[in-house]
Amino acid sequence: MKSIKTWILVVLASSLLVACGQGGGGSGSKKSKTLDNTKKAGFVKCGVSQGLPGFSNADESGNWTGIDVDVCRAVAAAVLGDADKVKYTPLSAKERFTALTSGEIDVLARNTTWTLSRDADIGLTFVGVNFYDGQGFMVRKNSGINSVNDFKDGISACTNTGTTTELNMRDFFNSKNIKYEPIAFEKADEVVQAYDAGRCDTYTTDKSGLAAQRTKLSAPDDHKVLPETISKEPLGPVVRQGDSVWEDIVRWSLNTMIEAEEYGVNSSNASGLKDSDNPAIKRLVGSEGELGAAFGLDNEWSLRIIEQVGNYGESYKKHIADTNILPNRGPNELWTKGGILYVPPAR
Amino acid sequence: MNLKNFKIDLSNKNKDLIPQVLTVFLLVLVIIYFTINAQDNMGNRGISFGFGFLSQESSFDITFSLIDYDGSDSYARAFLVGLLNTILVSSIGIFFATLLGVTVGIGRLSQNYLIAKAAEWYVEIFRNIPLILQIFFWYFAALRALPLTVDSINFYDISFLNVKGWYVPRFIWTNFSIFFYSIIVAIITIVFFTKYARKQRDEFGKQLPTFYVSFGLIIGLPLLTFLFGGVRLSFEIPELEQLSTTVYVYKGGVSIIPELISLALALSMYTATFIAENVRAGILGVNKGQKEAAASIGLTKGQILKLVVMPQALRIIIPPTTNQYLNLTKNSSLAAAIAYPDIVLVFAGTALMQTGRAIEIISITMLTYLSLSLSISIFMNWYNKKIAIKEK
Repeated sequence: MKSIKTWILVVLASSLLVACGQGGGGSGSKKSKTLDNTKKAGFVKCGVSQGLPGFSNADESGNWTGIDVDVCRAVAAAVLGDADKVKYTPLSAKERFTALTSGEIDVLARNTTWTLSRDADIGLTFVGVNFYDGQGFMVRKNSGINSVNDFKDGISACTNTGTTTELNMRDFFNSKNIKYEPIAFEKADEVVQAYDAGRCDTYTTDKSGLAAQRTKLSAPDDHKVLPETISKEPLGPVVRQGDSVWEDIVRWSLNTMIEAEEYGVNSSNASGLKDSDNPAIKRLVGSEGELGAAFGLDNEWSLRIIEQVGNYGESYKKHIADTNILPNRGPNELWTKGGILYVPPAR
Repeated sequence: MNLKNFKIDLSNKNKDLIPQVLTVFLLVLVIIYFTINAQDNMGNRGISFGFGFLSQESSFDITFSLIDYDGSDSYARAFLVGLLNTILVSSIGIFFATLLGVTVGIGRLSQNYLIAKAAEWYVEIFRNIPLILQIFFWYFAALRALPLTVDSINFYDISFLNVKGWYVPRFIWTNFSIFFYSIIVAIITIVFFTKYARKQRDEFGKQLPTFYVSFGLIIGLPLLTFLFGGVRLSFEIPELEQLSTTVYVYKGGVSIIPELISLALALSMYTATFIAENVRAGILGVNKGQKEAAASIGLTKGQILKLVVMPQALRIIIPPTTNQYLNLTKNSSLAAAIAYPDIVLVFAGTALMQTGRAIEIISITMLTYLSLSLSISIFMNWYNKKIAIKEK
């Protein structure tokens, strides 16, 4: 008797498994499955870092802030009407792409460098750049190293594994013909601790990351970032390949924030600009044109982004400048003000 | 056919057989379904499947490698570097865990109150703290405690310990192969001599000094190669070099990185507690009467332990200890947390990231651990069978 019962259980369990597989394993071939699923779920599934001040960082009560987080919030404001309807998934550098391609998250806003192989090879699409960064080195102030030209054979360098940093570091030291000792940790916190303890002579990662991580050192003022930048690191949000509508929504949510800054539209004045004389501003706040229809959204999607999240300048000031991570906007300034932030027109 | 006697026998065997066959059949169906489903989804998302990436250039460097490697080598070679590093730290871990475990296990049974209590406390503390915390503790405690390179702890001017690692002299051999063969010859001779000695003892009751002869052979024969075989050994001693105002580094010699030291330390300290308990159980599991009987026929204390207690205790000790060896090997994958370049950090970490081939790389890594564990299992089962008491 007992064996027959077990057998029935096994059959039931197996059929359940098959059924689950059927439900979960869909393809992205419909018009925009991601948009439909997001609306159905009521929140945007967003992948962020495990804690990088200025980009995506959670406070004690679990509220996420940062310029990467603002991209997620912008998408939620556009799609669901409420910037707070985001479910954040903290991911390590290693996990991030698998989480995205497997559908665990729908937007990856995790200071991720846009490269050819990532864009073309592994089922991902980069939608834009929300921070222009470059790799740099941090050393102790008393080390006597004032430039990357002072590095010599035998130098040890700590960094994160699974990042472009690891590859750039090799390119850099090889080009200078310097033998170095690479020490790669899985998580940023361990890199900071090991560097702090003197395990390595220099800590290399994106300059914004160095500035942010420096605040975690036991004596931040004893360290400095070398002036040289050894690589281009355009960081931006990523989506899965194959859902072009969703891709466009994320791309234009980011673009809207940048365009809003360009036209001087911000969270406090946006709703008052509906009757502006400038058609570009009117399109931004949704009082002219039917731009949202192209994505299957209403016409106030961009207004909601500006009102609830703010424009790019507000976001940068709040998370990066006012927190003293990188007070100077550098290349992340609008093209009209000497930077390289330049987005296609929203029309 | 006699239909009268033909009926399906549902009584015993067949009743069990049908569900078994059906279960296997369903299991195969489920596996096939998931494979096809995975392929479908990967196809839809524009991800290809294949192992061609293994021959591509890895273009990342690795801190510590037993074989020649740099970023211009292939992913396959990076995999090999990671695998060898995993085997290295596991072997060191298994060696010290066994040594420490046996010592502590015997210590727990000591008549000496202090030794017994110390052993007990050691076991209770180290087996009850999660391993990952112990790894962090040893790593960061060691990093904080050790001096900077310029103030290294100096061992007789030949070896130096500092925050960047333990620097020891490098052996530089001439005619190493002669030295190596002499050790092989010594081992083979010892094996034959031991067999001969056993035969002498069994047949004629003659005790030959096996231990001293073996000891003499393994030390003496290699020594002779230095005198007559032209074998020479010199040392390359690490030297301090200043790179900038406060940055110093030791060059030359061999550097044992702190990641390896702390990982091996944490793994052995943790696993030793379990082995100690196995040893204690094994010794306690041997009937007291056995020892008394052995003593009554005039065996010495050493002979009792070696010939009567241990052979019986080992039967109890080996199988659970095999589990601990397997655990240690698998636990070594926690290396990634402290940057020890094992197979998980190098291959399932960096290589996975750079290529994005998650399914391929994770499958290879899982298969590798499976093969490693099975090899240990097979060896330990062979050893267990060898020492098992043969009923006559």
